[in-house]
Amino acid sequence: MNYLNDLVVQVRRDILRQVHKVNSGHPGGSLGCTEFFVALFQVLMERKDGFDMDGKGEDIFFLSNGHISPVFYSVLARSGYFPVEELNTFRHINSRLQGHPTTHEGLPGVRVASGSLGQGVSVALGAALSKKLNKDSHLVYALCGDGELQEGQNWEAFMFGAAHKVDNLILTVDYNGQQIDGSTDAVLPMGNLRAKFEAFGWEVLDIEKGNDLLAIIEGMREAKTRTGKGKPICVLLHTVMGHGVDFMMHTHDWHGKAPNDQQLEIALSQNPVTLGDY
Amino acid sequence: MKKYNDTGKKDTRSGFGAGLTILGETHPNVVALCADLTGSLKMDEFKEHHPQRFFQVGIAEANMMGIAAGLTIGGKIPFTGTFANFSTGRVYDQIRQSIAYSHKNVKICASHAGLTLGEDGATHQILEDIGLMKMLPGMTVINTCDYNQTKAATLAIADHKGPVYLRFGRPKVPNFTPEDQKFEIGKALHLQEGSDVTIVATGHLVWEALTAAETLYQKGITADVINIHTIKPLDKEALLKSIAKTGCIVTAEEHNYLGGLGESVARVLAENNPTPQEFVATQDTFGESGTPEQLMDKYHLNADAIVKAASKVMARK
Repeated sequence: MNYLNDLVVQVRRDILRQVHKVNSGHPGGSLGCTEFFVALFQVLMERKDGFDMDGKGEDIFFLSNGHISPVFYSVLARSGYFPVEELNTFRHINSRLQGHPTTHEGLPGVRVASGSLGQGVSVALGAALSKKLNKDSHLVYALCGDGELQEGQNWEAFMFGAAHKVDNLILTVDYNGQQIDGSTDAVLPMGNLRAKFEAFGWEVLDIEKGNDLLAIIEGMREAKTRTGKGKPICVLLHTVMGHGVDFMMHTHDWHGKAPNDQQLEIALSQNPVTLGDY
Repeated sequence: MKKYNDTGKKDTRSGFGAGLTILGETHPNVVALCADLTGSLKMDEFKEHHPQRFFQVGIAEANMMGIAAGLTIGGKIPFTGTFANFSTGRVYDQIRQSIAYSHKNVKICASHAGLTLGEDGATHQILEDIGLMKMLPGMTVINTCDYNQTKAATLAIADHKGPVYLRFGRPKVPNFTPEDQKFEIGKALHLQEGSDVTIVATGHLVWEALTAAETLYQKGITADVINIHTIKPLDKEALLKSIAKTGCIVTAEEHNYLGGLGESVARVLAENNPTPQEFVATQDTFGESGTPEQLMDKYHLNADAIVKAASKVMARK
């Protein structure tokens, strides 16, 4: 557990340093999902060594809200998919670490491009169907943003998932209530998400403490026990955007903005080195 | 002059259905998805024989493209089926990001392309799809001309690794290519030998090109007729070899002249051997309701139009 806590802090540093270096990227959502990614890749997913696109015989993950690539890249690197030093190339020319994740440059750990929102759940459903056809009992995990649910394709996917009983998929919604232009309630209120998912035939769980490692692990393990029962699973993960950096929390201001030198220094001082910077 | 026999009118979409049925038996990894047009796409037989490998997604084409992309992960070879309009323009960003940019082995199979969809009118008659799809890096674009060719193409694309757009149509048209043909992606077919004008046609216009060549022959003009079924990658060598003989070219397609086969050909000519060219294609317009024959006549997409274009282009030599 100490290691996991240390890793969370180190990943936060990685996120901040990546976006600061190129003065672009999305720190807010990345910081809010740090604990989730650490729990998923270090504890929850059954993963094989190395990477192959087909991911047979292992759990696989899809990131639909591709703009939180800094946390995805950091956790992939620190889970052994590629050298941690490569985080230095984030958003640089000729890098595998594109602004939004892609398979185009062959980065291990990425199975589909994402960034244009609303597409990841459909892809995850297809991969889950593929696992069923292959009689592979492993799970498909996916993460999407809450604001992203304003994209209509998601709701096509939700209808399909229930109708076709895609019960080997656990979709987590990063429920932070923020998007670029403001709070989700201010931009386009989504009402009662739990009720909406239930009405679409999904099994729904809430993880109220979405930035608490133990709560995430416990909640996601509970979600896993509910797979294989005829319904796709949705986890509403209540997170705080910008978590771990006081001036970035509870606001949409840091959705897609990098800290300046002074802000970086303050942010890093709130997250002192644990495992070592890249 | 070679003689081509219409062995009986058949729709190209049935060629697709027949090919898919065969793939159901020969390729266990082939799966099919349809957005509420199973009958129109002739996918019923595959569905009946392999219900576990067929996915009805409902009227939700964007989701269908995403699911198809996901199915490739784990080794499946998905064939999506809906009208050409809903296979391309409606879902362009899904194809762009989840399929083309992600290098997914999805076969986008599109029926009812062009004006010959007929009475449903312009909302359903896409004339821009070749352009949309050929602009996507890594996308192979095929437009077949008859039942036999469509069936052969359906079989061939299953063994091609990478995304493919396969375009075919609704009406029954002459079936004249060999039943046992081997379909080679990217390889043009030389249908008629001639030295006065090159006619390059794709899709439903290929039969019209052959008919036009006969008319021209009566006038003492020999046309070199080429069937380009693969618009991307384009068979550059076949084009250049032909124009070296003829010195002028007519392209014919059931598509807008902007973005279609004609423009792809023009680029090859401009780069290698600038040559007079005439375009038999729609002239930056939408379609309308009518029978396929009426529409092809009104929009000048038939043998008569090709003959006129040939005379015009020969005068420009």
